[in-house]
Amino acid sequence: MSHVLSLLVEDKPGLLTRVAGLFARRGFNIESLAVGKSEIPGLSRITVVVDVEELPLEQVTKQLNKLINVIKVVELDQSQTVEREHMLIKVRVDASTRSQILEAATLFRARVVDVAADALVIEVTGNTAKVEALLRVLEPYGIREIAQSGLLAIGRGSKSITERVYKN
Amino acid sequence: MTTESTPVPAARPLDPTRADLTRAATPEAAPASASNEPLILTGSGAILKSLEYLGITDVFGLPGGAIMPFYDELMSSTAIRHILVRHEQGAGHAAEGYASSSNRVGVAIATSGPGATNLVTAIADAHLDSVPLLAITGQVFSTSMGTDAFQEVDIVGITMPITKHSFLVTRPEDIPATIAAAYHIASTGRPGPVLVDVTKDCQQNSAPFIWPPKIELPGYRPVVKAHGKQIVAAAQMLAEAKRPVLYVGGGVIRSQASAELLVLAELVGAPIVTTLMARGAFPDSHPQHLGMPGMHGTVPAVLSLQESDLLIAIGARFDDRVTGKPSEFAPDAKVVHIDVDPAEISKIRFADVPIVGDAKEVIIDLVAAFTDAAKAHAPDYSEWWARLNLLREQYPLGYDEPADGQLSPQYVIERIGAITGPEGIYASGVGQHQMWAAQFIKYERPNSWLNSGGAGTMGYGVPAAMGAKVAQPDRTVWAIDGDGCFQMTNQELATCTINKIPIKVAIINNSSLGMVRQWQTLFYDGRHSFTDLNTGHDTVMIPDFVKMADAYGALGIRVTRKEDVDAAIILANATNDRPVVLDFIVSRDAMVWPMVPQGVGNSSVQYAREHAPEWEQE
Repeated sequence: MSHVLSLLVEDKPGLLTRVAGLFARRGFNIESLAVGKSEIPGLSRITVVVDVEELPLEQVTKQLNKLINVIKVVELDQSQTVEREHMLIKVRVDASTRSQILEAATLFRARVVDVAADALVIEVTGNTAKVEALLRVLEPYGIREIAQSGLLAIGRGSKSITERVYKN
Repeated sequence: MTTESTPVPAARPLDPTRADLTRAATPEAAPASASNEPLILTGSGAILKSLEYLGITDVFGLPGGAIMPFYDELMSSTAIRHILVRHEQGAGHAAEGYASSSNRVGVAIATSGPGATNLVTAIADAHLDSVPLLAITGQVFSTSMGTDAFQEVDIVGITMPITKHSFLVTRPEDIPATIAAAYHIASTGRPGPVLVDVTKDCQQNSAPFIWPPKIELPGYRPVVKAHGKQIVAAAQMLAEAKRPVLYVGGGVIRSQASAELLVLAELVGAPIVTTLMARGAFPDSHPQHLGMPGMHGTVPAVLSLQESDLLIAIGARFDDRVTGKPSEFAPDAKVVHIDVDPAEISKIRFADVPIVGDAKEVIIDLVAAFTDAAKAHAPDYSEWWARLNLLREQYPLGYDEPADGQLSPQYVIERIGAITGPEGIYASGVGQHQMWAAQFIKYERPNSWLNSGGAGTMGYGVPAAMGAKVAQPDRTVWAIDGDGCFQMTNQELATCTINKIPIKVAIINNSSLGMVRQWQTLFYDGRHSFTDLNTGHDTVMIPDFVKMADAYGALGIRVTRKEDVDAAIILANATNDRPVVLDFIVSRDAMVWPMVPQGVGNSSVQYAREHAPEWEQE
């Protein structure tokens, strides 16, 4: 089953190689990966979606914690987490399909960010199910290209995974 | 923003006999930077100064283009002895032997490219056996990196999976903190190898040298002190168990917890087994010691684990060579797992009571907790001991004289141990001779047995013995080697002779890759595919090890008869003006027993071949 891990890491050269290499070496498949700055200078946040059973997950979490540049590893409970994916979809259009596609985009609260005579680029944000649903709707019109971010996730409520990282 | 800064590491408490050689890295040891003018040093100078302030006294290495600025500095150091090896792998294993015999950090130095890749085997070896190793490599100019420059390899990338951590340094101002951090990481928590790759321009450029540096490792906080509740639970289980075993691993040696272990063992009264990595952690002469468990363990040790109802694993990692088929290992036992590395706990075998902490600290706490627990419920292991004593009586460790009339390898190794005694240091290669050395030498103290347990690196023996002799010059140091292993790293005999490091090498010469040959005999219908080395009895004897010893300036003696064995060992022990190579021509048909075939449960342990049913598969 899929688990969402949130890693707080030092922004050091080779860090991503260390993290990705660890998953590969221990035989775990990364489903999605998103890397960006955190609110603390010098620290980045990595969100990893990995498909493993409970016990191997514990092992991979421990191994991640052993990496010197990894400061914290948290498994996000999906019921207590806001999750978002971001996708850009280039879809084929012509005069007869344009209005249907625009309507679908509106239903999904997606936005059109580029318009050409025979194609539209649609930007959609949402959880995985929503993004996939839109993709299914657009599929019959002919999807030319997609670009997708990794899953971003953050816990609900006021708690922060970065708190208590620095005591003073 | 501030982070938890790690104090500058003082050298770990060392072998007391060598304490005088340790100059701890205290702020007092800092240079005249107390004045307003900080010392300006090149990156190379900063590496050297940092090593000196960390208390490093010996390093092993071999220069080349990208590390030449550092070697230029090293030449003028009076505090650090550099030993020029003949191959970088030798530097790596020597640093390992140095560390494993003394609990100090071993240092190996190499140039970029092939120099660095030649260290890789030793780094992997140190990784698997948790040896504190600091590897320093030169790297091409930072401006050339990524261009496939001459002697450029991405050694940080290559060694990522086999180091505890690694650093690439391109700016001289980063040197002190990096070297200090590398030393700290290598030597604390679960020890391991750390690589510092330094570009040539970093070595050449100058910067202020600030000591002690501020080390920031917010993601590195090894847990030393364990959770009190878990310790109480472990003590409780121990007091209530009927058939407990203390399953002791190499972590006890790394944590220098042998004295504490002895207290715990005698307080509890339970049997003890010491793994291949833990030989010497507990005295072999002690009546509670059942010997080594695992594939070639003693029958009492193997079966004690199988029949146990409680394993107290201390600094052991349930390696496949110990457990056999994990699903059939110690089927009735609950497990208390004590390890400084949380990732080891429940990795192979579920731990009913996980205890994360340093073995020494945990054992001290466990002694206190058990004393309390035993008041409420005094343990009774009498039935257990009756069973184990019967096993010991029925299945003592032993060997038969070879049918071909050649020397018995076990006899030779046993005599080396008996004549040299427990104060000696024994480093081995990998294979049959390694197992016999683990079985037939009696170890009474930690750090006296050095071997490549996890990686199984043939060729570890000679350079490791060399490193051990440098760390412990007053001890007699033997390399128990095979004719195969010896041919992989014997070039370091030149290093030994030139640098007056008088090690003794015993080649257990069975003219073959003996362990592979044994498996071929047992599992491949006796088809001895490419395991003949032609170095021994009834062969062309190429190379001639005695002539080779002579060429290296070592004393070489060939021994073929049982009655000459003692005299040769005594002469070797008395020869300290040069290395000694004893070429023991032994029977090639001798096998290592007992044995658990690979892939089956440990209850299938076979005492000797006559007692072995046909094995269907390996």
